[in-house]
Amino acid sequence: MTWDIKDIQKWGWRQHPLGGVIKDPGNSCQFKTGGWRTFRPVRDEEKCNQCLICYVFCPDSAILARDGKITGIDYDFCKGCGICAAECPKDAIQMIDETMAKKDNAGKFR
Amino acid sequence: MITGSKAGTKTVALIGTDAIAEAMRQINPDVVAAYPITPQTAIVETYSQMVADGLVKTNMIAVESEHSAMSAAIGAAASGARVMTATSAQGLGLMWEMLYIASGLRLPIIMPNVNRALSAPINIHCDHGDSMGARDSGWIQLFSENAQESYDNTIQAIRIAENPAVLLPVMVLLDGFIISHSIDRVELLDDEVVSHFVGEFKPAYSLLNARNPVSVGNFDGLYGYYFEFKRQQEEALLNSFRVINEVGEEFGKISGRPYRFFETIGMEDAEFAIIVLGSAAGTVRQQVEDMRAKGIPIGMIKLRVFRPFPARELAEAISRMKAVAVFDRSSTFAGNMGGPVFIELRSALYDLQKRPLLVNYVYGLGGRDLSVDLVNKAAAELAEVACSGQVKQPVNYLGLRE
Repeated sequence: MTWDIKDIQKWGWRQHPLGGVIKDPGNSCQFKTGGWRTFRPVRDEEKCNQCLICYVFCPDSAILARDGKITGIDYDFCKGCGICAAECPKDAIQMIDETMAKKDNAGKFR
Repeated sequence: MITGSKAGTKTVALIGTDAIAEAMRQINPDVVAAYPITPQTAIVETYSQMVADGLVKTNMIAVESEHSAMSAAIGAAASGARVMTATSAQGLGLMWEMLYIASGLRLPIIMPNVNRALSAPINIHCDHGDSMGARDSGWIQLFSENAQESYDNTIQAIRIAENPAVLLPVMVLLDGFIISHSIDRVELLDDEVVSHFVGEFKPAYSLLNARNPVSVGNFDGLYGYYFEFKRQQEEALLNSFRVINEVGEEFGKISGRPYRFFETIGMEDAEFAIIVLGSAAGTVRQQVEDMRAKGIPIGMIKLRVFRPFPARELAEAISRMKAVAVFDRSSTFAGNMGGPVFIELRSALYDLQKRPLLVNYVYGLGGRDLSVDLVNKAAAELAEVACSGQVKQPVNYLGLRE
């Protein structure tokens, strides 16, 4: 049975497993780390030549791809390290201030 | 070697460290990771020989420092092994960050610590400054008066630590040289009896259990559950009160030597009393008995369990006294607040309507001898406090060259 940690932030001290053990595998996808980000990568579709170098270098597997094409960036897990932007040979990835991006109602940086 | 008082036991002459090594041989832990340091060295030395001679099936890890010793112990315990190590003074100091990890991960590691003064100046002799510094590290701490109690505490420590309601590491404390290197009369239990008493270790989780994979030592997240885990540790310490007594009682049935939080002498009719822990209890007991024989209403408490601190039981035991002297073999450097036992006992008495006057005697730092004359001096001053109802000086140094 998969360990349900949906409401873990509401758990009382008696509910946690002993000594901080994670007692079930494969649940890291439930632990979203995108909130750590100060800068967010934004990809320019026009400039991108689909070389997939960003996909290979991303330490968090946050570059999403399907059938050999980049489909987007997984902001639930991207920590904003900027490696993709640094490695991109076409300068197709820009690092944008996260606060600005969040305020961007027009959706320009998504 | 003569046959002991209880069937299956034998009485031998051993130094304290060899008594511990004998207990370890009978416990036969899966892993021992240790680094030698005076005066603990003899434990590891003797035990290494036992491993080399094939007397135990222990995997002995000779590490390059105490930091590594505790790290290896933690790794082995997390993989589900029964693990022991041992240290003293500077070695305990070097283990520091790992002590908190052992307790935080709830790993029931057993560690005899042969009490030795911390540097500087460099001193190899006994005081309790090393383990007292670790009193807030989440370990259970059991003090021993002699080689026999060091042996007995080591065996009981396994059962206390591994109890599912506890799951905390345990330090067994014995005074450097006074116990560790002095030949003492020790009654050893039969190998089978010890083996049956400690039973088989069933870990709560194991890194080697491929059917139920777990992850140990994780980052608690930026959301943070650290506070909740610390509360769990406090609960485990609270549970250990009951377990320590149950194990002590059960040990009494196999050895004829039951154990409790502390031992009392003459507290039923005493008017004043001395509280002491470790080997000095022997000297104090002799004096207390001599004085009682002369009709002086003095009593004594020998504290065995310092962590968890049996505050309620101690307060109850001394509540009727007019005055109590606390002997501390370490100082806290808190600014004339006295030694750790004194500070905690004072706190334990705060809620009582009627409480005894309390005086502290810091003694024996760096192995300074506690002579009979010094105990007499403190006892006479204590009698004076009880009579006059006044404490002139709460914190005193016994045996200090003025």
